[in-house]
Amino acid sequence: MTNLKEVEIKDEWFKPKAKNLEKAEMVVRPSLSYWADAWRKLKKNKLAMLGMFFLIFLAIMAIFVPIFSPYLVTATDYPSQNKAPSMTHWFGTDEAGRDVFTRTWYGARISLFVGLMAALIDFFIGIIYGGISGYKGGKVDLIMMRIIEVLYGLPHLLVVILLMVVMGSSLTTIIVALTITGWVGMARIVRGQVLQLKNYEFVTASKSFGAKTSRIIRKNLLPNTMGPIIVQMTLTVPSAIFAEAFLSFLGLGISAPFASWGVMANDALPVILSGHWWRLFFPAFFISLTMFAFNVLGDGLQDALDPKLRG
Amino acid sequence: MLREQVLHNKSTGKPTFEGKERMEEKILQVEDLQVTFTTFGGVVQAVRGVTFDLHKGETLAIVGESGCGKSVTSNAIMGLIPQPPGKITNGKVVFKGKDLTSFKKSDLRKIQGLDVSMIFQDPMTALNPTMTIGEQLTEGLRTHHKISRVEAKTKAIEMLLLVGISNPSERLNQYPHQFSGGMRQRIVIAIALICEPTLLIADEPTTALDVTIQAQILELFEEIQKKTGVSIILITHDLGVVAKIADRIAVMYAGKIIEIGTKREIFYEPTHPYTKGLLNSVPRLDLVEEELEPIEGTPPDLFAPPAGCAFTARCPYAMEVCNLVYPVATSLSEKHKVDCWLQDERAKGLFN
Amino acid sequence: MIQYIIKRFFMMVLTVLLIATLTFFLMHAIPGSPFDDDRTSNPTIQENLEKYYKLDQPLPVQYANYLKAIVTFDFGPSIKKPNDSVNSLLARGFPISFELGIITILVAVLSGVTLGTLAALRHNGIIDYLAMTFAVIGISIPNFILATLLIQIFAGELKWLPAATWQSPLHMILPTLALATGPMAIIARLTRSSMLEVLTQDYIKMARAKGLKPSRIIIRHALRNAMMPVVTIMGTMLAGILTGTFVIERIFAIPGMGKYFVESINNRDYPVIMGSTVFYSAFLVFMLFLVDIVYGILDPRIKLHKKEGESS
Repeated sequence: MTNLKEVEIKDEWFKPKAKNLEKAEMVVRPSLSYWADAWRKLKKNKLAMLGMFFLIFLAIMAIFVPIFSPYLVTATDYPSQNKAPSMTHWFGTDEAGRDVFTRTWYGARISLFVGLMAALIDFFIGIIYGGISGYKGGKVDLIMMRIIEVLYGLPHLLVVILLMVVMGSSLTTIIVALTITGWVGMARIVRGQVLQLKNYEFVTASKSFGAKTSRIIRKNLLPNTMGPIIVQMTLTVPSAIFAEAFLSFLGLGISAPFASWGVMANDALPVILSGHWWRLFFPAFFISLTMFAFNVLGDGLQDALDPKLRG
Repeated sequence: MLREQVLHNKSTGKPTFEGKERMEEKILQVEDLQVTFTTFGGVVQAVRGVTFDLHKGETLAIVGESGCGKSVTSNAIMGLIPQPPGKITNGKVVFKGKDLTSFKKSDLRKIQGLDVSMIFQDPMTALNPTMTIGEQLTEGLRTHHKISRVEAKTKAIEMLLLVGISNPSERLNQYPHQFSGGMRQRIVIAIALICEPTLLIADEPTTALDVTIQAQILELFEEIQKKTGVSIILITHDLGVVAKIADRIAVMYAGKIIEIGTKREIFYEPTHPYTKGLLNSVPRLDLVEEELEPIEGTPPDLFAPPAGCAFTARCPYAMEVCNLVYPVATSLSEKHKVDCWLQDERAKGLFN
Repeated sequence: MIQYIIKRFFMMVLTVLLIATLTFFLMHAIPGSPFDDDRTSNPTIQENLEKYYKLDQPLPVQYANYLKAIVTFDFGPSIKKPNDSVNSLLARGFPISFELGIITILVAVLSGVTLGTLAALRHNGIIDYLAMTFAVIGISIPNFILATLLIQIFAGELKWLPAATWQSPLHMILPTLALATGPMAIIARLTRSSMLEVLTQDYIKMARAKGLKPSRIIIRHALRNAMMPVVTIMGTMLAGILTGTFVIERIFAIPGMGKYFVESINNRDYPVIMGSTVFYSAFLVFMLFLVDIVYGILDPRIKLHKKEGESS
């Protein structure tokens, strides 16, 4: 390497330099707390943020539209059946003259309710089952995991369909049926997390202070296992929404005159070839967009919360 | 140093070269090589102007701490810098008179594995777990030469015997997980050598192995070099390995070679404070009474490398000039060069 | 390997038995009888019918009969379609559903793997971006919604393709597309991420150092290793495709098993429900078993770890 500055080197530079070790060991990035760091990462993910904002919008609309709409969800108006979207009926009307706009947002209520309830109940069962299995270990864990293994091999939607046949169709039975099969995945994840963490030193430390098992789980283990669990919950919601729509579409879920996106799509089936596009389009559009929003948000959370990817 | 038995004759070696002259034939010249990587945090200057050459049948060891750019250097020679994010921004890699940095990918592939090949650090991950040893051994051979399956197999068996694996014809049909770590590294070496390359780059070839296996693998290197006359670039941070098989040593720090010389020169007359520090930080059986001295501090951030010598912040002999200007190379002997301001006339007597 | 297969086989039988028992007791937990319709409201007729279908016997006897029916694979007559036995419905419907399922799996796996691989090779490029956008959209649209949309567009508006039934390859395009898009999107995403990971492995670097052609590195070295996570999710995916056939066959009026199954649910045709549930479960569990064996073939470490003395 040619050194062009050679001529500029002054004699007085040749003297011992004061030591300055701290500078060499300077930390590059200020350390953030786990949640702040995750939030910073999530904010950078535009698609995930878009999904989040859409879901907030959806929730607000789902709560308020059915309250303030001039039409009732179940109100039939046969003279104006199958009307195209207009100023009076923004999303048109169905075969009984019901307002599709109102029904669409009522459907959003159902979908969000089913999704969130399923995720919450899964969460509680999963935490308890997985937490006990992972924390107790040994024989208890072995038996509990064998049970999960068998349940995991079951075709879920088939079992849900059977349960729906037996219990009759209603919103409650949908949620019960979905959670009976759905908690298994969550329990597995919780158990994995607990196993990873239970040998950490801080757990041994609190054990040696005489803390009770339940307290160790609650205070020490749970906060550290939340990342993957939150991701799993976010991804449970769209699959529950899908399952509800699927069942309603098969005639096993919510039934008319009440509206769910699945019911609306099912009702639209006979008329899709006769040009009443709005009947299918609106429920189809919103269910897809909602599932999309939950999926991208879940992906974004996964990237943001995964400690392995931090750096 | 002179290798008597140079059986290897695949290079278009001119028949006039004999004995010592053959040894002096330069097969590789790296000139002012600079490599950068673009990352989310900015541009990392991983290699900042590396120059050295390599003779036929010689072993050059490149030593340094992790992250000093030694592996990047070897990947650049091999044409294995992923682009992007990596980029060779300057310099040449002249192999047998041709600059490899100007080669197209397809031309590069005609050299890779055939003339230059590489051994990786971890034999547990360097072999494909889903392919038989036989296929992994012969695929390179069958890519570069038009030979039959049977011929390739014969050659593979020959190679396995060379690296000391018994029952080679049975072993060919087995998968990597059926071999121990040391055996796997022997297989990796066999794969690297099967096309009889002129240059072998070994990136930390013994780091992942047990100490006893390490010695065996190093002996294998010496034996193979005797038999085939291959030139070796050995990347390592283990000075014990270097002491055993290197002819010459290049010491790298923060993307630059700061001192280069013969093994004897580097071990007995280390000149750069970093080289001295490196030698003092290794336990030596012959110098029991001496205490180990770790080098204080950590290497600099290569996102924004200093204008002067990168070792200044950790150097016990740092001067004002070190921070400001990078020192010119000083030749201490025919082969011994060092980049350090302490060699300047004006610095003499300052630290006595 | 043999030991492993036997162990898996027992798990398989156990799962099927569990589902069969669950189905049986669930069906008998339903209040009332299947003959509570207006047509058969006469109590004498109802009793005779119950006798004919052996529903008057005590529960344990019925359960024993039921288990015998499963083992002999004879589920008796349908209640709502007196001219059909459950077996004849299965025999008629299954081949069509199987055809739909197989084509769907082939389309999903082939295009999903191709898309995922291309995305991984052009990481952060335009293809990657487009493929992953497509994949997230594909995962988000429920198959029955996609099916109805496809009919509306390609059969209703454009009139390019037939809207229903299962007769010629042309008829198969829309149902297959509707059923395959979701699994394809999942496979594409999974292939991409596992491919990206595999491509950073040392053995890929070593393959490049050998001077191999990129095509050989991808196909011979990377793909097989990248496929392993894909194979592990095949089980869940098969279950999804199977339940997907229920709606798809209904929407497209395909006379497959799914259509009969949904009909039987709506009609409370218990023998058909029980028969198809057991058949579906057995089929699915068997497919999962096959997936496990494929995994063993793909990964030599699993196949041989019992036989060979591990030396590392």
